[in-house]
Amino acid sequence: MSAAVTRNAGRRAMLPQWATLPVVFGGIIVLLWVVVGITIPLWTPYDPTMLAGGRFQPPNASHWLGTDALGRDVLMRTLYGVRHSLPIAALVIFCAVLIGGTLGAIAGFVGGLVDSIIMRLVDVTLSFPPILLAMAVTAALGPGLGNAAIAMVIVWWPIYARLMRAQVLSVREREHVEAAIAAGATRPRVLTKHILPLCWSPIIVNATMDFGQVVLLAASLSFIGLGAVPPTPEWGQMISDGALHFYRWWIAAGPGIAILSIVLGFNFLGDGLRDFLDPRSK
Amino acid sequence: MTAPLLEIRDLSVTFAGRHGEALEAVSGVDLTVNAGELHGVVGESGSGKSVTMLAVMGLLSPGARLSGSIRLDGRELVGLSDRQMRRIRGARIGYIFQDPMTALNPLLTVGDQIAEAIRIHKPQVGRTQAREQAVELLRLVAIPIPERRATQYPHEFSGGMRQRAVIAMAMANEPDLLIADEPTTALDVTIQAQIMELLERLRRDKGVGIVLVTHDLGVVAGAARSLSIMYSGRVVERGSVDDVFAAPRHPYTAGLLASLPQAGTRVDRLTAIPGSPPPISMRPAGCSFHPRCAHAVEQCRIERPALREVGAVTVACHRAEELVSTGLMQLSGADA
Repeated sequence: MSAAVTRNAGRRAMLPQWATLPVVFGGIIVLLWVVVGITIPLWTPYDPTMLAGGRFQPPNASHWLGTDALGRDVLMRTLYGVRHSLPIAALVIFCAVLIGGTLGAIAGFVGGLVDSIIMRLVDVTLSFPPILLAMAVTAALGPGLGNAAIAMVIVWWPIYARLMRAQVLSVREREHVEAAIAAGATRPRVLTKHILPLCWSPIIVNATMDFGQVVLLAASLSFIGLGAVPPTPEWGQMISDGALHFYRWWIAAGPGIAILSIVLGFNFLGDGLRDFLDPRSK
Repeated sequence: MTAPLLEIRDLSVTFAGRHGEALEAVSGVDLTVNAGELHGVVGESGSGKSVTMLAVMGLLSPGARLSGSIRLDGRELVGLSDRQMRRIRGARIGYIFQDPMTALNPLLTVGDQIAEAIRIHKPQVGRTQAREQAVELLRLVAIPIPERRATQYPHEFSGGMRQRAVIAMAMANEPDLLIADEPTTALDVTIQAQIMELLERLRRDKGVGIVLVTHDLGVVAGAARSLSIMYSGRVVERGSVDDVFAAPRHPYTAGLLASLPQAGTRVDRLTAIPGSPPPISMRPAGCSFHPRCAHAVEQCRIERPALREVGAVTVACHRAEELVSTGLMQLSGADA
C-alpha cells in the first residue's frame, strides 16, 4: 500500500496527469494573454487610444501591425483589447455558472413544480438563437460593454442550469447520498456536502470552453455596434473599423488573430480538461 | 416486560403503479427484534425485505403509502415527521448499505465522513474531538492503523475495508439497532466471513440489535439466532434458525434449503424451485406461492394462509402439519 502511494506521488511529481498536450498548449496561450492583460501598461510604448503616427500605415518596424484610420497603433490596441475581453468573459461565465448552477441544482434536487418552472424558463431562453437574444437584450438596455455582459449572462445561464440539473439528478441516485440521508443529514446538507461537490467536473469543462465563446460573442456584439463604444480598444469594434477599410487588411488582422488564438486556447484547454475530469462525455 | 427493540406489526406498503393502480409491495409483515439479537430476513429480490427496512428508516419515496405499526423501543415511528425521523436515523438506527464501493462519498476522507455522521447528531462535539472519535470507531471495526486510515479517501480502501468503514459510520452514534441490507453480497467470500464476524462482535460487545437482510441462507445460518423468510411481500415462516433449518414447515423455505449445494454430496444438478416469484402486479389469489408449490391443493388457490404456530416455528401454510408429519417435505439427502 505505502509503496503504491509513494510510486504514485513520484509520477505525479514528474508530470501531472492532467498535463496533456492540449492542456499545456491551450494553457500557454491563455496564460500569455492573461500576463499581457495584467502587465501591458508597464511595457507598452504607445497608448491605445492616442495617435501614434500617420494614418493607415502598413506594418513596419515601429508599428508592427500598422496603424488604423486615426493613426493609432493596431498591435497596442489589440493587446490592450484583452483587458476588456477576458474580464468580461470571466464575469459572464461566473454569473452564468452562479445563477444557472444554483437554479439547476434546485431544480434537480427539489423536483416537482419548481423543477418544471425553472426548466421551462430554460427551454424558452434556449429556443432563441444566442446572438439574436443577446442583440435584443443589449439593444433594449443600450449599447455598452456592461449591458452586453448582462445580455450574455441571460444567454448563458440556461446552459449551466441544464448541465447542473442533469448532474444533480445523476449524483442524487448514488448510494452515498442515500447513506448520508440514512445517517440523518438534512436536505440542504445532503445537497451541499454530498451532491454538489461531485457535480463540478462537466461545469468546469464547459465553462472553460465557453470562455472562448463569450469572447467571441462579446466581439460580435461590439462588431455590430452593441458592445464597446469607441474609443475603447475592443476586438469586435476594431474589426468593424477594419471592415470599413477593407484593403487595409492589417487593421482587422490584429484583433482577428487575437480572437482566433484566445478561442482556440480555451477550446484546447477545455478539451484537455474534459479528458481528465469527465472522461465519459468524450 | 419491556418492549422489544424493534417491533413491526402488520406493516403494509403500497406504491402507486404507472396507471394509478395500487401495488402492495409489503403486506402485513410482522417482525420483532430484541436488543442484542441478530435477526435474519431472507427472501429473493422483490420479496419486500428491502422495502420493509426502508420503511423502518422512513426512507420510502413520498408516493409510498404505509399502514401498520413500526415501534422502536415502544415508540411509534409510522407517522413521524421528517424532522423527527431525521433525529432517529443515524442516531438510533444505523443503516449499512449493500455496496460499500458506492456508499461512501468519494470526495471526503473516511475520517471526515465518520466525523460528519457524529456531528450531525451531536453538533456540540468539536471537529477535533469528532475526528478522534472517528479514529476510535475505525479501531472498533478492526481497521489497522486507524489514525492513518482516517485521513485516506475511500478509493484508497479495499472493498472489505470500505464495508468496515461503512459499518463504523453506521455505529457512529452508538445506535441501538443496525439494519444491514445485504452487507456481504458485494464482497468476496473470505471478506464476507470477516464482516459477519464483525457484526457478531458488535452485537455481543455493544448489545446492538441487528437486522440482517440477505438472500443468502448460508450467511444467516452462521450468524443469526432467529430468522424470517419473506416471499412476495409477506413473511411465510419465522422461527429460530435451528428449528427452521432442521425442519422447514413452509414449502418455500424447504425449497430454498434444498437448493443449497451440500458439501460432501455430489450432485449433477442443483435443485431449484420451479418458476419465479410473481411480479408485484400479478400476485395470485390465495397463497402467493401456490403456483410454484408442489403440494398446493384447492384451498391454497382460494384462501390466503395466515401465520400460525406449528411446532416451534410460525408459518403461513395450510398444509404445514400435514406435510411435516407425512414427510412429504423432502430435503436433499444430507439434511433429511
